[in-house]
Amino acid sequence: MQISDRPPVIAPGYTPGTVTDKISAVVLNKTPRWWYVAFGVSFIALQLLLISMAKLLVLGVGIWGVNIPVGWGLAIVNFVWWIGIGHAGTLISAILLLLRQTWRTSINRFAEAMTLFAVAAAGMFVLFHTGRQWLAVYWLFPYPNTMGLWPQFRSPLMWDVFAVSTYATISAVFWFVGLIPDLATLRDRSKSPVGKIVYGMLAMGWRGSARHWHNYEVASLLLAGLATPLVVSVHTVVSFDFAVGIVPGWHATIFPPYFVAGAIYSGFAMVMTLSIPLRKLFGLEDFITMRHLQNMAKIMLATGLIVAYGYAIEMFMAWYSGNQFEQYMMRNRILGPYGRIWFLLILCNILTPQLLWLRKVRNSVGMLFVISIVVNIGMWLERFVIVVTSLHRDFLPSSWDMYTPTRWDWAFFVGSLGLFFSLMFLFIRFLPVISIFEMRTIAKGVDPASADTKDMRGRA
Amino acid sequence: MKSFLGRLFPRGGKPEFGTPGPRVAGGELPARLFGVIAEFANAEDLLHAVHESRKEGYQVMEAYTPYPVEELNDAIGHGPSRVPVLVLLGGIVGALFGFGLQYWTSVVAYPLNIGGRPYNSWVSFIPITFECTILFAGLAAVLGMLVLNRLPMPYHPVFSVPRFHLASRDRFFLMILARDPRFRAGETFRFMETLGASHVSDVED
Repeated sequence: MQISDRPPVIAPGYTPGTVTDKISAVVLNKTPRWWYVAFGVSFIALQLLLISMAKLLVLGVGIWGVNIPVGWGLAIVNFVWWIGIGHAGTLISAILLLLRQTWRTSINRFAEAMTLFAVAAAGMFVLFHTGRQWLAVYWLFPYPNTMGLWPQFRSPLMWDVFAVSTYATISAVFWFVGLIPDLATLRDRSKSPVGKIVYGMLAMGWRGSARHWHNYEVASLLLAGLATPLVVSVHTVVSFDFAVGIVPGWHATIFPPYFVAGAIYSGFAMVMTLSIPLRKLFGLEDFITMRHLQNMAKIMLATGLIVAYGYAIEMFMAWYSGNQFEQYMMRNRILGPYGRIWFLLILCNILTPQLLWLRKVRNSVGMLFVISIVVNIGMWLERFVIVVTSLHRDFLPSSWDMYTPTRWDWAFFVGSLGLFFSLMFLFIRFLPVISIFEMRTIAKGVDPASADTKDMRGRA
Repeated sequence: MKSFLGRLFPRGGKPEFGTPGPRVAGGELPARLFGVIAEFANAEDLLHAVHESRKEGYQVMEAYTPYPVEELNDAIGHGPSRVPVLVLLGGIVGALFGFGLQYWTSVVAYPLNIGGRPYNSWVSFIPITFECTILFAGLAAVLGMLVLNRLPMPYHPVFSVPRFHLASRDRFFLMILARDPRFRAGETFRFMETLGASHVSDVED
């Protein structure tokens, strides 16, 4: 039940009909001018990625700053950052569905799209960091090859291949299944012949019959139930990539829960970064209300505190272990050559989000937008600190070295942002950014013609 | 096995599918009645109409709504969904596949000594077994939902109903199919007009 002093999840006065018209209008109306500018900028950044990929394919990973001892540079930092961002989408669409949080309805669609595109960006990094990508296939994927070789399944890197590819597949089908009834809505609303044909083919003949909905509801609930343990497993496996190794700074049992919390933290920050301009530009403030922003701010605060606890435990364990390598790793992380990055990380990830305790900050769209970007930066710095400061000074002082990203490292990062935002802008232009049929179930509660005030899953 | 598959994917007896009519010489298909459809303003009126039609003795009908209405599936007499069984099967197959793949490659096809671990290091095989379980079960949920809903289906007679595009906006439809043993061309039409519908029309095959 909604507490009366909170903002509503949907502005008053909407009926299933007007909700349908308003959300489908975003797709069916003329393209706004700002879209061309925004997509154009992202598309240029995407070209940078393609150029960098071509360069890397010709010359190899030597164009990056990686070398021994730091063999994992920005590629892995970016991979973990992107895959973490994806997690909020699955959390919103699966876990909040199972918990019957109706407020998730207006943000789940584009959060799922965000997941999909973030996983695409992440997958690109793991593929390209292997060096000779055309050979990577036989030791990453179990297929009968002419050499008679099979992958080594005891390695967390193999688990990672399966976890990330399963996650990408399930996220994609979950997202598409969610779209089917809305594609049928667009098929029925579209005025252009091309739109009718394309949306019609994608909707596959969906009619919204009682049988359709029944199987659909059961399938979505089961998918949500499957995606929930999946999303937890994915970042757990990603953390195993580090934690199973014996490198000081990586070899910690706190890693799985702390990585999952960090993933959700950065994911919600990204949902916030995307939804604040989106609701403004498309005039969707009635559907993505202050209630949504406040709830996301609270989740960010909670997961941010779990991350802070993770940092604290890492430090405590370094001291408590009595192991000189662990203790040196922590001292080097804070006071060593990358110390400034560590302090910046604490500022971005731990200190700034504490502002969210204040109701005034949670009610300010501008402040939330700024904090969400700060957290995004902070989470990127966290992965940099974990990957680079742990590797650059390990057991043998004679092999210590510094890692400096080259311009091609940065080109890949900027390019991956281009890939992500190009896909995101195509999505918000051609597909409904908010789940129309689920919004109808929320709007029907305020429909005076209907006495039915139950929530979206039909339960009071 | 056959009876099990038969229960999962029964042939015939499905309310949504008419059998094709006899072809007339000359290639022209006669305008054959597929059913009668009535339009309602809200879910309560629709449910009321479903109950009334069932009371009247109609059995083969289908309802169309802009969002899921929970009671509708039971009211209209469709059985429980078979998606869960398919998901369970998918999950079991996925788990067996995932573990089997790792066992066979690591023990039979390409045994490798990795740090002195046993060839069958089943603990290390759990994450991939888990991922395969989720993958197969998830795909079974999606494909099962599509197959049980008979999708993709590019054409269906209801699409020719002029106001049917409102079923994806805010209107509710109930169709009694001509295949219903109780169906009589004029009588059913008049019966549906008594149910409080805003529009009633014939659906041609």
